[in-house]
Amino acid sequence: MSTATLSRWSRFRESFLWYSFKRDKIAIVSFVVFVLIVAAGVFAPLLAPADPYDLTQINIMNSELPPMWLDGGDPQFPLGTDAQGRDLLSTILYGTRVSLLIGFGAVLLQSLLGILFGLLAGYLGGRVDALLMRVADVQLSFSTLMVAIIVGAVFKASFGNLMFGEIAIYMLILIIGVAEWPQIARTVRASVLAEKKKEYVDAAKVMGFRTNRIMFRHILPNTLSPIFVIGTVQIANAIISEAALSFLGLGMPETQPSLGSLIKSGFDYIQSGSWWITLIPGLVLVVLVLVINLLGDWLRDVMNPRLYKG
Amino acid sequence: MLAFLVQRIGQAMLVMFVISVIAFSIQDGLGDPLQQMVGQSVSAAERVKLRDDLGLNDSIVVQYARFAGKAVQGDLGTSYFYGEPTLDVIMEHLPATLELVIAASLMIAFLSVPIGVYAAIKPRAWLSKFFMGVSTVGISIPVFLTAIVLIQLFSIGVTVDWFPDDTGWGQWLNGALSTNGGMPSYGRGDDLTHLFGTWYSGFFSENGLLHLLLPAVSLASIMLPLFIRLIRAEMMEVLQSDYIRYAQAKGLAPRRIHFLHALKNTMLPVITVGGVQLGIMVAYTILTETVFQWPGVGLMFLEAITRSDIPLIVAYLMVVGLVFVITNTVVDLIYGLVNPTVKLTGKKA
Repeated sequence: MSTATLSRWSRFRESFLWYSFKRDKIAIVSFVVFVLIVAAGVFAPLLAPADPYDLTQINIMNSELPPMWLDGGDPQFPLGTDAQGRDLLSTILYGTRVSLLIGFGAVLLQSLLGILFGLLAGYLGGRVDALLMRVADVQLSFSTLMVAIIVGAVFKASFGNLMFGEIAIYMLILIIGVAEWPQIARTVRASVLAEKKKEYVDAAKVMGFRTNRIMFRHILPNTLSPIFVIGTVQIANAIISEAALSFLGLGMPETQPSLGSLIKSGFDYIQSGSWWITLIPGLVLVVLVLVINLLGDWLRDVMNPRLYKG
Repeated sequence: MLAFLVQRIGQAMLVMFVISVIAFSIQDGLGDPLQQMVGQSVSAAERVKLRDDLGLNDSIVVQYARFAGKAVQGDLGTSYFYGEPTLDVIMEHLPATLELVIAASLMIAFLSVPIGVYAAIKPRAWLSKFFMGVSTVGISIPVFLTAIVLIQLFSIGVTVDWFPDDTGWGQWLNGALSTNGGMPSYGRGDDLTHLFGTWYSGFFSENGLLHLLLPAVSLASIMLPLFIRLIRAEMMEVLQSDYIRYAQAKGLAPRRIHFLHALKNTMLPVITVGGVQLGIMVAYTILTETVFQWPGVGLMFLEAITRSDIPLIVAYLMVVGLVFVITNTVVDLIYGLVNPTVKLTGKKA
């Protein structure tokens, strides 16, 4: 057991991935920032000075206090407070947690759908392929954000505000996951088409393995690196989509805010001069998305997979 | 060519059919139309009769046929909130959105081509690296955040007093980093010119153009990085090709090679992608219009959602769907015309 993990670790130490990571300053900085933000989100309940979900800790008299380095700031609230008197630092930590949860959840869902449909379309070909790719084409031509907005609007109208607020996290994962599956399906299909012609697949067929086994055990592992690259960029896209939906009021409610709904609630007060409520969560969102995109760019350069060029 | 045309138009009609079924099921699934129309004082017997008169007891297929038949004739129902035919409401709001999209597209076209070409010709120049860096950051900033930052900087204004005010350079730096604000950030202004029909244009007055500036810059900011990256990538690929090397060997002026020979083949995929991006732009107009309270169809759609104005939601879906389908089909057809290597009959390779 331990020898297996050890050899895996040393194999990683000698890999090209680790080698190029060590030499790329932008990748190292992005990775460190990304890990810090994820850690801040995961450990939000331990790190945050206050619990923004706990109504008893909130005092409306503290509303719209500026960050502590400005006049009128209170050291109790390092980044100031929002319009309801919640500590902005705590709200941002919890909001990052929600945004990351939805981002990763949506990418997990779209990867499952995309891998399944991409494998089926690429390996089986014929009618299955034509049908699935036509659906993907149509959905992509509508732009994923548009699909997400429409589905979100319909869900919200049919569930009502209150109910939608309660299940918003799952709804957003579902909406963004379903809206973006074609991106991954196309990539998977393109690499499956290339893998299918190789000899090991013929060998597996001759040995009499079933189609399922060949698809998932033989071809899938060889298509993982493009999925990995596009999946990274898709996390950034999912986080932006979530923020956009929340900003439109189709996402997380203000009682359980994500970064997007924080920006939205702050925007209502920007004209009164309280810029920090909207711009500080905005900065966190941009940094998070930027480091993920930079990591994605780096991964793409290193792994250089046959990405689908649309 | 004819087979290609028929195939694409057939596909477009199929897509439109699917959209109409989705729109219809939304209309059917969300709430009871009878409850929206009459109060509680109407007796059960009258309700049954009304139900029958409205055709709500017919089978789903019959109801859909009625919906589709009316839709083809341009009747998409009446908005609950405006009390007007939904199509009229959309036509009233459409010019504002179109002007926003036109202004943003102009900005994108005039900025992305020179920057993209420059970054492709001189990939190692610090200016190209700067542009590529800015566009990577630009892709990571959501459009509503750009809009909010623009409002803070140019509409509200920022006063910087980080530097000592009693020194000359401190005063200068404070002044240089502060912004005045005062740019309009709300609506379209009150100086609109009537063109025709429901089209009131803000293009012909200073006030209208000022109101247009911030929303258009926000909308352009999200697409600009994509186009710069695309033009750069395509141009770099074209510059590697044999015919460019031949032109260079022949001793043609670099300017002529870059802007006449290379740019022509670069723009082909760019135009196709541009057509598809138009759809994505529609989604972003919803966000931009919300921030700037721009009275276009995007804001109208969002308000319809908060008001549960179902006929208007359905009509918006149908109209936007139609716009998408027409653009995509036209882009496909143009691409088939200008690029002879596209397999016209659509046979699988």
